[in-house]
Amino acid sequence: MPKSLIKSGAVIDGFTVGECVHRGGMATLWTVTHPDFDMPLLMKVPRVSEGEDPAAIVSFEMEQMILPRLAGPHVPMCFGTGGFSRQAYIVLELIPGNTLYGRLPDLPLTYDEARLLVAKIASALADLHRQNVIHHDIKPSSIMFRPSGEAVLIDYGLSHHNHLPDLLQEEFRLPYGTAPYMAPERLLGVRDDPRSDLFSLGVLLYFFTTGERPFGEAETLRAMRRRLWRDPHPPRKLRSDYPPWLQEVVLRCLEIEPVWRYPTASQLAFDLTHPDQVKLTTRSERLKRDPLSTVWRRRFNQGAIQPKPKSDVAAQLASSPIVAVALDMAEGAPELNEALRVTTQRILATLPAARLACLNVLRLSRIALDRTLDEQGSNKHVDRLVALQHWAAPLKLDESRLSVHVLEAVDPATSILEFAAANHVDHIIIGARQNSLVRTLLGSVSAKVASEAGCTVTVVRPPQLAHSSYEHAGAEAGEVAG
Amino acid sequence: MLLAVFADIHANRQAFSACLEGARARGAEQALLLGDFVGYGADPEWVVDTVMGLVERGAVAVRGNHDNAVGSSREGMNAEAQMAIEWTRGRLGAEQRRFLAELPLSVEDDDRLYVHSEASNPARWNYVRSTADAARSLIATSAHVTFCGHIHRPALYSMSVTAKMTGFVPKTDVPVQLTRGRQWLAVLGSVGQPRDGNPAAAFAMFDTESGELTYCRVPYDIDTAANRIRENGLPHWLAERLRQGR
Repeated sequence: MPKSLIKSGAVIDGFTVGECVHRGGMATLWTVTHPDFDMPLLMKVPRVSEGEDPAAIVSFEMEQMILPRLAGPHVPMCFGTGGFSRQAYIVLELIPGNTLYGRLPDLPLTYDEARLLVAKIASALADLHRQNVIHHDIKPSSIMFRPSGEAVLIDYGLSHHNHLPDLLQEEFRLPYGTAPYMAPERLLGVRDDPRSDLFSLGVLLYFFTTGERPFGEAETLRAMRRRLWRDPHPPRKLRSDYPPWLQEVVLRCLEIEPVWRYPTASQLAFDLTHPDQVKLTTRSERLKRDPLSTVWRRRFNQGAIQPKPKSDVAAQLASSPIVAVALDMAEGAPELNEALRVTTQRILATLPAARLACLNVLRLSRIALDRTLDEQGSNKHVDRLVALQHWAAPLKLDESRLSVHVLEAVDPATSILEFAAANHVDHIIIGARQNSLVRTLLGSVSAKVASEAGCTVTVVRPPQLAHSSYEHAGAEAGEVAG
Repeated sequence: MLLAVFADIHANRQAFSACLEGARARGAEQALLLGDFVGYGADPEWVVDTVMGLVERGAVAVRGNHDNAVGSSREGMNAEAQMAIEWTRGRLGAEQRRFLAELPLSVEDDDRLYVHSEASNPARWNYVRSTADAARSLIATSAHVTFCGHIHRPALYSMSVTAKMTGFVPKTDVPVQLTRGRQWLAVLGSVGQPRDGNPAAAFAMFDTESGELTYCRVPYDIDTAANRIRENGLPHWLAERLRQGR
């Protein structure tokens, strides 16, 4: 292996090396400049000299393969890489500020601050998983925040890209990563399940809200393996004021079986941004860990946690979308709402892990001061929530898959679009208004949503009776022949 | 240089034409032909003539076991393959048969090795079915990248400096950087008789500058290729398996 060429003032592939800003176990970090890139840059150089851990080399190879393919605000932008034949390096955008590790002295954080913080990280993870990458080293020191607020995930040396060879596959006899945050299935050699990242994020949420790590600081493999059968103390045992919804979220992330966790990071982010919509199961009530009988069954009857065949990250995400259905309650279009229910049912039937958000827009007047109470004195907002729940009841969805939302807005289309963007909605189902007079006056909500949404949109119309479609065709026949 | 890599064409004119066109569209500058030009399919003359033309223009070609069997009756083959080879012998002219017989078993080019089956013993026509098979081939060569075919299922193996193996089923159209820190064995899918469940014709593009390898699939006129097999009295299963990709 050639000697490192990196020192202050050296020029490598057009990058001028500045000063060393960090010396870690696996790599050193240097500031660099390049005449073509007018932004602060960082060069990451692996430690590969004699006697260093060979894992450092493989991790660096993996990072070199993955980073140039990533895009978006939640990853550091990559500006160049150099191979081991001359001088191995990766040049990245320098993210200003510190990692989340700097917040450790402030723990525990308030529930609300922790909730918003982890929701941002979950959104970043969702974006990473959509790019077919599992991070595998989610912990405070791998997380930064942009000045604009988005979480940025750094350090991809242990990551898995579903479309690339996994160089770490057989590299280590022991699972490699950060022990307190490692998901139990990683101890069994599973590297292709994105829900491993949700477990690590659950550890972080537990730690940030209680001040204690759920599995301690175990470093030995023997101690780490305990998490294959031993569940952590419920947070409510540590803090009596711990909100039940938050315990529900934390313990769902920390489920031993990946399939019992949230199916996607987007769905976790959704619950964290809508705490009032979290379905409370027995998880939320627990004050004690599982009884020893359960623990012993898990430990000595491990059939249930044997490694599963390879999973396809993209297919798993695609089977667990967030679907939003926009309903018009005020104008009372029963045929349309029935048609929407039929379409929604068909879409959900093929997607057992999808969750459904039912939306209704309570239109605010542009001029007049709005009153929350109607003429009869009942609360409009609550009435709409009840109506949405009533509409959804025949779908017979488990509560954890269903949420209802009344959005108050002047412009319905914009509020639906904003909800969809903020909540990573994958599919919007919306009805086309049949009353042409209203549509002419107000513009079509469904048309605006369909044309401007960043996701798939299904526009639903009620089935037309034979005579009405005949009349419709007749009316247009004058303009369009045939 | 951008190399287009073809393996196991097996006298399938329609599939090879579609792959050549696909490679041209992707900017291929040179062809690399990994053997088994004949056998199974119904157009051996056209395929061998096309390969000879490519070799005249600088392409590298190596010999496969079916090409070998044209000139020797001692190859161990199943009944259908044997029947197809006997039929093929009656179709190829002397010049074409000489071309196949004189092809090398393996070629070293810069830091790359080209071979039909695998590197440890090319004349034994071993299949690379597992990381253990791949390790045997990789240990036998110092080449950075070995390209082979023979098994008709795409796969990409690597061996680290500490002899740790990785195996991977490549994703179509996703370029993979064959990093310098390890040795790679790129097993090509088949142009003319895919067996990985996907009936589309398989080839690959390799950029010798950037070290990026991309596995590609293109649809082709399977009906015509299958009908040609039946019309020429070759075993019907050879036509049917093209549709199934098995």
